[in-house]
Amino acid sequence: MTTTLTKPPAEQAKRVRRPKAARAGGTLHAGPVAYAILALFTIGSLFPLVWTAIAASRDNQRLAETPPPFWFGSNLMDNLEIAWTDANLGEAFLNTTIVAGISAITIVVLSTIAGFAFAKLRFKGRNALMLIVIGTMMVPPQLSVIPLYMMVAQLDWTDQLQAVILPSIVSAFGVFFMRQYLLQALPDELIEAARVDGASSWRVVWHIVFPAARPAMAVLGMLMFVQTWNDFLWPFLVLTQTGNPTVQVAVAGLGRGYTPDQSLIMAGALLGTLPLLLVFAIFGKQIVGGIMQGAVKG
Amino acid sequence: MTTGHDTAASPAKEGGAAPGRPSAAPVTEKERRHRARLSRRWQRDMRFSPYAFVSPFFLLFLAFGLFPLVYTGWASLHQVELTAPTDMNWVGLRNYTRIFDDDFFWNAARNTLTIGIISTVPQLLMALGLAHILNYKLRASTFYRVAMLAPYATSIAAASLVFVLLFGRDYGMINWALGAVGIDNIDWQNDKWPSQIAVSTIVIWRWTGYNALIYLAAMQAIPQDLYESAALDGANRWQQFFHVTLPSLRPTILFTVIVSTIGASQLFGEPLLFDANKGASGGSQHQFQTLGLYLYEQGWVNQHLGRASAIAWTMFLILILIGIVNYVISRRLRASS
Repeated sequence: MTTTLTKPPAEQAKRVRRPKAARAGGTLHAGPVAYAILALFTIGSLFPLVWTAIAASRDNQRLAETPPPFWFGSNLMDNLEIAWTDANLGEAFLNTTIVAGISAITIVVLSTIAGFAFAKLRFKGRNALMLIVIGTMMVPPQLSVIPLYMMVAQLDWTDQLQAVILPSIVSAFGVFFMRQYLLQALPDELIEAARVDGASSWRVVWHIVFPAARPAMAVLGMLMFVQTWNDFLWPFLVLTQTGNPTVQVAVAGLGRGYTPDQSLIMAGALLGTLPLLLVFAIFGKQIVGGIMQGAVKG
Repeated sequence: MTTGHDTAASPAKEGGAAPGRPSAAPVTEKERRHRARLSRRWQRDMRFSPYAFVSPFFLLFLAFGLFPLVYTGWASLHQVELTAPTDMNWVGLRNYTRIFDDDFFWNAARNTLTIGIISTVPQLLMALGLAHILNYKLRASTFYRVAMLAPYATSIAAASLVFVLLFGRDYGMINWALGAVGIDNIDWQNDKWPSQIAVSTIVIWRWTGYNALIYLAAMQAIPQDLYESAALDGANRWQQFFHVTLPSLRPTILFTVIVSTIGASQLFGEPLLFDANKGASGGSQHQFQTLGLYLYEQGWVNQHLGRASAIAWTMFLILILIGIVNYVISRRLRASS
């Protein structure tokens, strides 16, 4: 109080304006050194991807010479075509889209409903249950693969997509993420108004929570799609390259083949990565926003 | 009693009696029961719906998380073969003594630790510095953020296969660049430390940008007046970073350390695909075999699922231990500040 009183009016006005500028992206202007470091990291991040495409456009022989190629050759289309058929990538894309799509949608719907309950409904044991949800985030799913594998073997689900889908539709992160979003994005008055009109909890979820949560649901859906698309260990255990592979299993199979043609492997890696890179190129801003949003209160 | 009062009052509320309205008459027994049923349904809804909303998560976690974890402990006390997973013979703790007697287990544990350190420490430090720069006023700031997230969009499989080529001993880009500054070819596959650095590089490449964004989000949540009062006290940019930014980021840093530690302890795909011999041994001398890879080798190559379960449970216990240590350290830190 005393400080604001002693300050000249101009100083006060500045104080009010500043936080806004901070939110717009920091108050300090970046110097040339900062830009140089950023450029370095950007190149470091993108170079391996660009070089994947360069290597995929060459042939095996050229990749066994020094210096390594720095520019595109003429074999890209041929290699992509061979990798596509060799690695069974058409089927793999279809399979991965099904797996990642079903997982992402299920996670988003279940997480929104559970996140709403944790954020806005009062019930006994709410805080304890939320703590359990956060605790389960600390248990890596990899430690559970052996009994899951035994179940899959017993059910004869090897090489079948449900073996990959079922274990992947549970996400503690999703519940946590939706709870954080709904806490601040869904006004209590809206729910109360619906209650006064006699809406049941399910109607509230359908008519109020889902519309209000739509932006966060989209972001969570994309994050989960990326995660399931890139999932490796579990699909690698229960699906085989020749049976019913996901993209990761197919690409890994290319790499572990007996006669490795490096340019073909790179073509497969490129094909397996391209769809997600496209998604990131289009929705990059939203995905970045989503990751940062999920982080603030974590 | 109360219902009678309600109906008597309602015509006045609605602005005049409606003579033809049947419900204006004294409440029938049927009507009363209907209302009671509605309010009972309402109460039931309020009381049980929250549980119905959260139960799918818990049921699924029970089925695909908790039960398998516990059952892994049970299986670790049995001899189980991959080819006949339902035949379980009780062997007590023999699986555990077998793996503790195995040099390759300790080798894998050491490798997991060293690769974990080599991959996590530089990664988080770089992410911190990067976030600090991204927090400046930048032109095209979204471009940098998306570009640095591109590795996160790349799968383990694709990333590992590309880095195998980049780290090639004879024709790899990295050795070529090192050769240009006069460093002899390094055998990134077969030498112990180079191979561990190479595997760590894949992890660092994929996760640095992601962690930078998480730090950036936390930095943007720091109240601006903290910096202003520090500036008033005469602190320069660096002093502000160390005395304002870092302390405010402590919970976030702790969070990323825990997540990265868990990730590092589970490392599997990168060392599996980095191996030029296509095995699960993590190089010909097991030089970069992690615990995750050792588990896979025991369970799926040597077909001893029981022993693999014992490895999984040992990893789980190690994680709990790390969690406790983390908790104690963070409490100490909080108490000291």
